[in-house]
Amino acid sequence: MDSVANIILYFIVAIAMVVFSVMTVTTRKILRSATYLLFVLLSTAFFYFQLGYQFLGAVQIAVYAGGIMVLFVFSILLTRHPDEKAALLTHHKRFLGISLSVVSLVVLLFALFKMPLLHGKSLTEMIAAGNDITMQEIGHALVGTEKFQYLLPFEAVSVLLLACIIGGVVVARKR
Amino acid sequence: MDLSMLWYLVPSVIMFTAGVFGFVTRKNMIAMLISLELILNSADLNFVIFNRFLFPGQMEGMIFTLFAIAIAAAETAVAIAIIINIYRSIGNTDINSAKEMRH
Repeated sequence: MDSVANIILYFIVAIAMVVFSVMTVTTRKILRSATYLLFVLLSTAFFYFQLGYQFLGAVQIAVYAGGIMVLFVFSILLTRHPDEKAALLTHHKRFLGISLSVVSLVVLLFALFKMPLLHGKSLTEMIAAGNDITMQEIGHALVGTEKFQYLLPFEAVSVLLLACIIGGVVVARKR
Repeated sequence: MDLSMLWYLVPSVIMFTAGVFGFVTRKNMIAMLISLELILNSADLNFVIFNRFLFPGQMEGMIFTLFAIAIAAAETAVAIAIIINIYRSIGNTDINSAKEMRH
Protein backbone atom coordinates (compact mmCIF):
# COMPACT_ATOMS: atom_id res chain seq x y z
CA MET A 1 0.00 0.00 0.00
CA ASP A 2 1.42 3.33 -1.03
CA SER A 3 0.90 6.54 0.86
CA VAL A 4 -1.71 8.99 -0.42
CA ALA A 5 0.85 11.78 -0.82
CA ASN A 6 2.98 9.53 -3.04
CA ILE A 7 0.00 8.71 -5.26
CA ILE A 8 -1.08 12.36 -5.58
CA LEU A 9 2.48 13.40 -6.46
CA TYR A 10 2.63 10.57 -9.00
CA PHE A 11 -0.55 11.77 -10.70
CA ILE A 12 0.59 15.39 -10.90
CA VAL A 13 3.95 14.46 -12.40
CA ALA A 14 2.59 11.79 -14.76
CA ILE A 15 -0.04 14.16 -16.18
CA ALA A 16 2.60 16.89 -16.57
CA MET A 17 4.87 14.43 -18.35
CA VAL A 18 2.20 13.29 -20.81
CA VAL A 19 0.89 16.79 -21.54
CA PHE A 20 4.31 18.36 -22.01
CA SER A 21 5.65 15.55 -24.19
CA VAL A 22 2.65 15.92 -26.51
CA MET A 23 3.08 19.71 -26.53
CA THR A 24 6.80 19.33 -27.32
CA VAL A 25 6.02 17.72 -30.64
CA THR A 26 2.91 19.75 -31.55
CA THR A 27 3.88 23.37 -30.79
CA ARG A 28 4.98 25.41 -33.79
CA LYS A 29 7.52 27.64 -32.06
CA ILE A 30 10.71 25.69 -31.58
CA LEU A 31 11.96 27.56 -28.52
CA ARG A 32 8.73 26.63 -26.74
CA SER A 33 9.25 23.05 -27.83
CA ALA A 34 12.68 23.09 -26.13
CA THR A 35 11.13 24.54 -22.96
CA TYR A 36 8.48 21.83 -22.85
CA LEU A 37 11.23 19.24 -23.32
CA LEU A 38 12.89 20.68 -20.22
CA PHE A 39 9.69 20.08 -18.23
CA VAL A 40 9.50 16.49 -19.51
CA LEU A 41 13.10 15.88 -18.45
CA LEU A 42 12.45 17.35 -15.00
CA SER A 43 9.38 15.15 -14.47
CA THR A 44 11.46 12.13 -15.51
CA ALA A 45 14.01 13.15 -12.88
CA PHE A 46 11.17 13.28 -10.36
CA PHE A 47 10.20 9.70 -11.29
CA TYR A 48 13.81 8.63 -10.68
CA PHE A 49 13.69 10.24 -7.24
CA GLN A 50 10.36 8.58 -6.46
CA LEU A 51 11.67 5.16 -7.54
CA GLY A 52 14.53 5.54 -5.06
CA TYR A 53 17.44 6.38 -7.39
CA GLN A 54 18.56 9.73 -6.00
CA PHE A 55 21.93 9.78 -7.74
CA LEU A 56 20.36 9.07 -11.12
CA GLY A 57 17.82 11.86 -10.63
CA ALA A 58 20.62 14.29 -9.81
CA VAL A 59 22.54 13.18 -12.93
CA GLN A 60 19.42 13.60 -15.05
CA ILE A 61 18.94 17.17 -13.83
CA ALA A 62 22.62 18.10 -14.12
CA VAL A 63 23.37 16.55 -17.52
CA TYR A 64 20.05 16.83 -19.33
CA ALA A 65 18.37 19.87 -17.83
CA GLY A 66 21.64 21.71 -17.24
CA GLY A 67 23.82 20.65 -20.16
CA ILE A 68 21.83 19.44 -23.14
CA MET A 69 19.07 22.03 -22.79
CA VAL A 70 21.63 24.86 -22.88
CA LEU A 71 23.05 23.33 -26.07
CA PHE A 72 19.57 23.16 -27.61
CA VAL A 73 18.66 26.72 -26.70
CA PHE A 74 21.96 28.09 -28.00
CA SER A 75 21.71 26.21 -31.28
CA ILE A 76 18.09 27.32 -31.77
CA LEU A 77 19.06 30.96 -31.20
CA LEU A 78 22.03 30.59 -33.56
CA THR A 79 20.05 29.11 -36.43
CA ARG A 80 16.59 30.69 -36.30
CA HIS A 81 14.71 33.78 -35.33
CA PRO A 82 12.95 32.97 -32.03
CA ASP A 83 9.52 34.16 -33.22
CA GLU A 84 9.62 32.19 -36.44
CA LYS A 85 6.91 29.54 -36.66
CA ALA A 86 7.29 26.17 -38.25
CA ALA A 87 5.32 25.63 -41.45
CA LEU A 88 1.95 23.93 -41.12
CA LEU A 89 2.04 20.20 -41.60
CA THR A 90 1.00 18.83 -44.95
CA HIS A 91 -1.96 16.52 -44.92
CA HIS A 92 0.08 13.52 -45.97
CA LYS A 93 2.78 14.00 -43.30
CA ARG A 94 0.28 14.52 -40.51
CA PHE A 95 -1.62 11.38 -41.51
CA LEU A 96 1.62 9.38 -41.58
CA GLY A 97 2.75 10.66 -38.18
CA ILE A 98 -0.59 10.18 -36.45
CA SER A 99 -1.13 6.70 -37.86
CA LEU A 100 2.39 5.56 -36.95
CA SER A 101 2.20 6.84 -33.39
CA VAL A 102 -1.35 5.60 -32.79
CA VAL A 103 -0.48 2.13 -34.09
CA SER A 104 2.62 1.91 -31.91
CA LEU A 105 0.71 3.26 -28.90
CA VAL A 106 -2.05 0.67 -29.29
CA VAL A 107 0.39 -2.21 -29.81
CA LEU A 108 2.57 -1.23 -26.85
CA LEU A 109 -0.36 -0.65 -24.48
CA PHE A 110 -1.92 -3.96 -25.55
CA ALA A 111 1.36 -5.73 -24.81
CA LEU A 112 1.68 -3.97 -21.45
CA PHE A 113 -1.81 -4.82 -20.25
CA LYS A 114 -1.59 -8.45 -21.45
CA MET A 115 1.70 -9.10 -19.63
CA PRO A 116 1.02 -10.84 -16.28
CA LEU A 117 4.55 -10.08 -15.08
CA LEU A 118 3.81 -6.37 -14.93
CA HIS A 119 0.82 -6.45 -12.56
CA GLY A 120 2.93 -6.99 -9.53
CA LYS A 121 3.71 -5.46 -6.21
CA SER A 122 3.48 -1.84 -5.17
CA LEU A 123 6.33 0.65 -5.12
CA THR A 124 6.65 0.74 -1.33
CA GLU A 125 7.09 -3.05 -1.15
CA MET A 126 9.71 -3.02 -3.88
CA ILE A 127 11.66 -0.19 -2.28
CA ALA A 128 11.56 -2.11 1.00
CA ALA A 129 12.70 -5.29 -0.80
CA GLY A 130 15.76 -3.66 -2.32
CA ASN A 131 18.62 -2.41 -0.21
CA ASP A 132 19.37 1.30 -0.29
CA ILE A 133 21.83 2.23 -3.01
CA THR A 134 24.54 4.27 -1.35
CA MET A 135 26.97 6.55 -3.14
CA GLN A 136 29.78 4.24 -2.03
CA GLU A 137 28.22 1.26 -3.84
CA ILE A 138 27.80 3.27 -7.04
CA GLY A 139 31.42 4.38 -6.87
CA HIS A 140 32.66 0.82 -6.35
CA ALA A 141 30.47 -0.44 -9.21
CA LEU A 142 31.81 2.21 -11.59
CA VAL A 143 35.53 1.65 -11.01
CA GLY A 144 35.77 -2.04 -10.16
CA THR A 145 36.72 -4.92 -12.46
CA GLU A 146 34.76 -7.77 -10.82
CA LYS A 147 31.40 -9.15 -11.89
CA PHE A 148 28.72 -6.40 -11.97
CA GLN A 149 31.41 -3.71 -11.94
CA TYR A 150 31.98 -1.41 -14.85
CA LEU A 151 35.50 -0.03 -15.21
CA LEU A 152 35.78 -0.84 -18.93
CA PRO A 153 32.56 0.93 -20.04
CA PHE A 154 33.50 3.83 -17.78
CA GLU A 155 36.84 4.27 -19.55
CA ALA A 156 35.22 3.73 -22.94
CA VAL A 157 32.76 6.54 -22.20
CA SER A 158 35.62 8.84 -21.18
CA VAL A 159 37.41 8.17 -24.51
CA LEU A 160 34.09 8.70 -26.32
CA LEU A 161 33.61 12.08 -24.64
CA LEU A 162 37.15 13.12 -25.62
CA ALA A 163 36.50 12.07 -29.22
CA CYS A 164 33.22 13.97 -29.07
CA ILE A 165 34.90 17.20 -27.89
CA ILE A 166 37.45 16.99 -30.72
CA GLY A 167 34.76 16.07 -33.25
CA GLY A 168 32.51 18.93 -32.17
CA VAL A 169 35.30 21.48 -32.46
CA VAL A 170 36.48 20.16 -35.84
CA VAL A 171 33.01 19.99 -37.37
CA ALA A 172 31.67 23.34 -36.14
CA ARG A 173 34.77 25.55 -36.47
CA LYS A 174 34.92 28.41 -38.98
CA ARG A 175 36.91 27.65 -42.12
CA MET B 1 -4.56 1.69 -4.46
CA ASP B 2 -1.05 0.62 -5.35
CA LEU B 3 1.51 2.25 -7.59
CA SER B 4 2.44 -0.84 -9.58
CA MET B 5 4.87 -1.11 -12.47
CA LEU B 6 2.20 -0.45 -15.09
CA TRP B 7 1.53 3.02 -13.70
CA TYR B 8 5.06 4.08 -14.48
CA LEU B 9 5.26 2.34 -17.85
CA VAL B 10 2.16 4.01 -19.36
CA PRO B 11 3.50 7.64 -19.29
CA SER B 12 6.76 6.29 -20.70
CA VAL B 13 4.90 4.66 -23.62
CA ILE B 14 3.02 7.90 -24.33
CA MET B 15 6.31 9.84 -24.29
CA PHE B 16 7.78 7.34 -26.75
CA THR B 17 4.89 7.64 -29.22
CA ALA B 18 4.97 11.44 -28.96
CA GLY B 19 8.65 11.23 -29.90
CA VAL B 20 7.85 9.00 -32.89
CA PHE B 21 5.18 11.46 -34.05
CA GLY B 22 7.57 14.40 -33.80
CA PHE B 23 10.37 12.56 -35.56
CA VAL B 24 8.12 11.74 -38.52
CA THR B 25 6.39 15.11 -38.86
CA ARG B 26 9.08 17.70 -38.05
CA LYS B 27 11.12 19.32 -40.81
CA ASN B 28 13.58 21.31 -38.73
CA MET B 29 16.61 19.23 -37.75
CA ILE B 30 16.79 20.62 -34.21
CA ALA B 31 13.12 19.77 -33.67
CA MET B 32 13.82 16.24 -34.91
CA LEU B 33 16.68 16.02 -32.41
CA ILE B 34 14.33 17.13 -29.63
CA SER B 35 11.87 14.36 -30.58
CA LEU B 36 14.74 11.87 -30.58
CA GLU B 37 15.60 13.03 -27.08
CA LEU B 38 12.02 12.18 -25.99
CA ILE B 39 12.34 8.62 -27.36
CA LEU B 40 15.71 8.14 -25.65
CA ASN B 41 14.36 9.48 -22.37
CA SER B 42 11.45 7.03 -22.36
CA ALA B 43 13.88 4.14 -22.97
CA ASP B 44 16.03 5.31 -20.04
CA LEU B 45 12.96 5.54 -17.82
CA ASN B 46 11.98 1.97 -18.77
CA PHE B 47 15.39 0.61 -17.75
CA VAL B 48 15.04 2.17 -14.31
CA ILE B 49 11.45 1.00 -13.84
CA PHE B 50 12.28 -2.61 -14.75
CA ASN B 51 15.28 -2.47 -12.43
CA ARG B 52 13.19 -1.27 -9.50
CA PHE B 53 10.20 -3.56 -9.91
CA LEU B 54 11.73 -6.80 -11.20
CA PHE B 55 15.25 -6.82 -9.69
CA PRO B 56 15.13 -4.53 -6.64
CA GLY B 57 18.28 -5.99 -5.10
CA GLN B 58 20.53 -5.04 -8.02
CA MET B 59 21.37 -1.79 -9.80
CA GLU B 60 22.27 -2.84 -13.35
CA GLY B 61 19.42 -0.87 -14.92
CA MET B 62 20.53 2.28 -13.11
CA ILE B 63 24.14 1.90 -14.27
CA PHE B 64 22.95 1.29 -17.82
CA THR B 65 20.89 4.48 -17.70
CA LEU B 66 23.89 6.41 -16.35
CA PHE B 67 25.96 5.33 -19.37
CA ALA B 68 23.03 6.00 -21.72
CA ILE B 69 22.75 9.58 -20.40
CA ALA B 70 26.48 10.16 -20.93
CA ILE B 71 26.34 8.81 -24.48
CA ALA B 72 23.19 10.83 -25.24
CA ALA B 73 25.01 14.02 -24.19
CA ALA B 74 27.93 13.20 -26.50
CA GLU B 75 25.62 12.35 -29.40
CA THR B 76 23.61 15.57 -29.00
CA ALA B 77 26.76 17.71 -28.95
CA VAL B 78 28.08 16.20 -32.19
CA ALA B 79 24.67 16.39 -33.87
CA ILE B 80 24.33 20.08 -32.99
CA ALA B 81 27.84 20.75 -34.33
CA ILE B 82 26.83 19.11 -37.62
CA ILE B 83 23.55 21.09 -37.74
CA ILE B 84 25.39 24.39 -37.20
CA ASN B 85 27.84 23.46 -39.95
CA ILE B 86 24.94 22.72 -42.33
CA TYR B 87 23.34 26.04 -41.37
CA ARG B 88 26.58 27.85 -42.30
CA SER B 89 26.69 26.30 -45.74
CA ILE B 90 23.03 26.28 -46.85
CA GLY B 91 21.48 28.99 -44.65
CA ASN B 92 18.72 27.04 -42.90
CA THR B 93 18.22 23.84 -40.91
CA ASP B 94 15.45 22.35 -43.02
CA ILE B 95 15.82 18.61 -43.57
CA ASN B 96 14.55 18.85 -47.17
CA SER B 97 17.13 21.40 -48.28
CA ALA B 98 20.02 19.26 -47.03
CA LYS B 99 19.61 16.53 -49.61
CA GLU B 100 23.34 16.16 -50.08
CA MET B 101 25.99 16.52 -47.41
CA ARG B 102 28.84 17.91 -49.55
CA HIS B 103 29.00 21.68 -49.87
